[in-house]
Amino acid sequence: MTIPISWYLLLSAFLFACGVMGFLIKRNIITIFMSIELMLNGVNLSFIAFATRFGTLDGHIFVFFVMVVAAAEAAVGLAIIISVYRTRETLNVDRVNLLKL
Amino acid sequence: MHIFLFLLFGLLCAGGAINLLIQRKPINSALSLIVVMGSLALIYLLLGAEFVAVVQVIIYAGAIMVLFIFVIMLLNAGEEEHTKGSKVAKIIGIPGLITGFIIGVSVLLQHGPQEKRIHIGELYGSASDVGMMLFTKYLLAFELTSVLVLIAIMGAVVLARRSHSS
Repeated sequence: MTIPISWYLLLSAFLFACGVMGFLIKRNIITIFMSIELMLNGVNLSFIAFATRFGTLDGHIFVFFVMVVAAAEAAVGLAIIISVYRTRETLNVDRVNLLKL
Repeated sequence: MHIFLFLLFGLLCAGGAINLLIQRKPINSALSLIVVMGSLALIYLLLGAEFVAVVQVIIYAGAIMVLFIFVIMLLNAGEEEHTKGSKVAKIIGIPGLITGFIIGVSVLLQHGPQEKRIHIGELYGSASDVGMMLFTKYLLAFELTSVLVLIAIMGAVVLARRSHSS
């Protein structure tokens, strides 16, 4: 049995849409951050699907770079979340509306 | 067999993504995100990307999610508070998202790449091929990435450090 490549692209679009939806409806800053990771995963899946479609390896390299950037982003973003929690004692994004105390 | 595996892990993936949205506690969302990432690694294997599948498990499901769960436990993040979301997000955002998703699906199904199909055992994304390409064609980008990671490490240390002055 074989699978058409567009099924993978549909799954990728679904994951990206779930990520955008979570970004819009979630109030907890950590969950919003996880939605961003979900969007990155959806994009990675479409990179791999197109790499298989065109028979090149460039998509795999791009996915590798996306993962490295996501790791750097997670480290810096979670440090920012810790420092925000230290000054404001809350994780609700609606209460974090000033850059400075 | 191939289509069964795709359907199983694709549904697991979609279910995890929906569960991430409906859970109210961040720790449950994090665990369902791990399910999404693990099943995505198996879908990468179905697509023949061995190296990316292994890296997905090690970096995403391993390193990044451990960092997330560590922060959730450190900050003792409880249940999400109910507040009124912004009206713009409700009125424009969600219908716009659904419309965009439907347009994307219809375009993909009509004009998307249909001909090429993937066979079992058509693995070509092995670690040696990816490594050869990474260190020849994309060498400059690879070196720049190492600088980026170094800056990120320093930024994380500086941001998360307790200030001793106050």
